[in-house]
Amino acid sequence: MSARSTAYSVGESSTWTKWIAAVLVIGYALVAMIPLVWIGMTGFKSPPDSIAYPPKVFFEPTLEGYVNLFTTRSRQTDEYIESLGPPETWYDELVRERNMVITGPSRFADRYKNSIVIGFGSTFLAVFLGTLAAYGFSRFKVPLKDDLLFFILSTRMMPPIAVAIPIFLMYRELGLSDTALGMILLYTAVNLSLAVWLLKGFVDEIPREYEEAAVVDGYTRFQAFYKVVLPQMRSGIAATAIFCLIFAWNEYAFALLLTSGEAQTAPPFIPIIIGEGGLDWPAVAAGTTVFLLPVVIFTVLLRNQLLRGITFGAIRK
Amino acid sequence: MAEAALRKVTKRFGETVAVSDVSLEVSDGEFVVLLGPTGAGKTTTLRLFAGLEHPEEGQVEIAGHDVTQLAPAQRDIAFVFQQYSLYPHYTVFENLAFPLKAPGRRLSSAAIKKRVTEIAEMLRIESKLKNRATELSGGEMQRVSIGRALVREPSLFLMDEPLSSLDAKLREDLRVELKRIQRELGATIVYVTHDQLEAMTLADRIGVLAEGELVQVDAPREIYERPANIYAAQRLGSPQINLLELGALAIQDAPDGAKTIGVRPEDVVINGGGVGAKVLTIEHLGVESIALLDVAGSQVHALLGARTRLREGEEVMASVRPGAELFFDRSERRLDGAARRGDAAHED
Ligand SMILES: Nc1ncnc2c1ncn2[C@@H]1O[C@H](COP(=O)(O)OP(=O)(O)OP(=O)(O)O)[C@@H](O)[C@H]1O
Ligand SMILES: [Mg+2]
Repeated sequence: MSARSTAYSVGESSTWTKWIAAVLVIGYALVAMIPLVWIGMTGFKSPPDSIAYPPKVFFEPTLEGYVNLFTTRSRQTDEYIESLGPPETWYDELVRERNMVITGPSRFADRYKNSIVIGFGSTFLAVFLGTLAAYGFSRFKVPLKDDLLFFILSTRMMPPIAVAIPIFLMYRELGLSDTALGMILLYTAVNLSLAVWLLKGFVDEIPREYEEAAVVDGYTRFQAFYKVVLPQMRSGIAATAIFCLIFAWNEYAFALLLTSGEAQTAPPFIPIIIGEGGLDWPAVAAGTTVFLLPVVIFTVLLRNQLLRGITFGAIRK
Repeated sequence: MAEAALRKVTKRFGETVAVSDVSLEVSDGEFVVLLGPTGAGKTTTLRLFAGLEHPEEGQVEIAGHDVTQLAPAQRDIAFVFQQYSLYPHYTVFENLAFPLKAPGRRLSSAAIKKRVTEIAEMLRIESKLKNRATELSGGEMQRVSIGRALVREPSLFLMDEPLSSLDAKLREDLRVELKRIQRELGATIVYVTHDQLEAMTLADRIGVLAEGELVQVDAPREIYERPANIYAAQRLGSPQINLLELGALAIQDAPDGAKTIGVRPEDVVINGGGVGAKVLTIEHLGVESIALLDVAGSQVHALLGARTRLREGEEVMASVRPGAELFFDRSERRLDGAARRGDAAHED
């Protein structure tokens, strides 16, 4: 057989098909990324540039949006600003060009920290509890197992916001309103059903023989779980964690309803970044960009696990 | 001394009786093979020994102790599973070391290394120790999973079709190796297979299982020559034993109560007198040939030499080597006192 004919054999695609596939994938990626790129760009525009019409693709980048995001400012007279002496930092200088002075840090950093604590906290809890529950449902004879699993799934059958009022009242009674603990518990509860179902699928795929072999070799059941089952669930856990994090991170409705100060997360905060005379779009865009980063980093860190996990066992060996 | 025993053990799964009133004693250093078709209860029997299943009735003994109530870890056994025995997230070395690292064994890492290397050399996988378990060929995987059992020196080895997923050649190699290792270590093994050749070559004794019942436990040759019933007779020998109606092939002197006659293909004699038969097909397999005969309407296999001149369609005379026939009664049990194979030529 000639080399040419093997190049077109079933398993391997020809150079042409690869090119077409590459162009399609890149083309789709570009279209899908336009809004993100636009937001990223807007973060570096000056306020007039950000609302210019027709929209500006080329502009002079400035960090004004980011400075505005992290600070609060007040408008002052020229005389007052001059009386302050020369600006001490680059961001002081940037702000003074607009006849303003920085009066302190904004609350964005706090809101952002809340998002991180609540997002990662609830993800950890949901995945931790979900893993144990999934293992239990997969391996033990649980009375009414099918009904319980259906019940768990049924909590997802209505939009979570449908129970907003009861939860609001409950939280007020329990003193959980506007607390990080309250939000962590709420997001964990919402994510848990997804986590249990996803993870159960992964545990089901791991042959029992692995644990049985470990048990015969002298390990306890828990050690077998820890040493044999858990490492093989890695990709499943990674995929589940990303889904849980994305939900908790982006959740808006409950955050808006249940938090207002102390425990407010970034999503309800970002849209209310008000600037002089209306919304400060570069600051909002800067906030959105910074807000996207953790999920992107988390996903990139787990991408190897995710690629295998997201096929839900279909391609796993 | 019995190294391991099942005493009147019964295991049910809902309606299914997977193992029914089975008693089996395995002596020290003995290689017992459980033979039976799929669903016969072979795996379940092994799992009962291991404590991975608990019997509804009966006792399990290992090394002279009643272990019926003990957990698998406390039974001092090693198990080679039918499939999936290696941990994919570990290297070959880690897989082999895993049983030695179990809590309570407290071996130094130098001792573990020494033992693993020893076993790897014995199984000829020492060059693969650093590979991931998924980076092995099927044969190497099977060696490693057998090795995982061998690193410890348990009272009892349990092996569930460890060679079933291999090709014929590799299977034969590993079979020979396994037998050698078992002799070297003096290991006590209960081994499960549905392959009669494996059973015949490995076993000191074969236990024939049928639908959860232990039909017969005996030396391979004994089962072949004196099967307890038709089922056991059919398990060994290829082609299978011919089952004929009373009076066929001019067989006489049937004992009282006989209903069926069993004749092994190698005991069918062509053109040495007897009754008329027609050759339906003939298969040449190298060292031997198998002829399918039509004898008065029933089909009979005959095992012939490699150089037979028989042709399809030929008319021949067929008879049975005198004394080689087996008689079975109405309930398919072999009638005792009946024929033994007499020819010394077979006694090689
Ligand atoms: N966990 C279980 N639950 C329900 N039934 C079972 C279970 N394990 C085995 N059985 C049933 O018990 C019977 C014996 O099964 P077993 O696995 O011992 O067969 P086997 O001889 O090992 O067969 P194979 O050669 O296919 O491995 C079968 O009918 C099987 O369906
Ligand atoms: Mg089996």
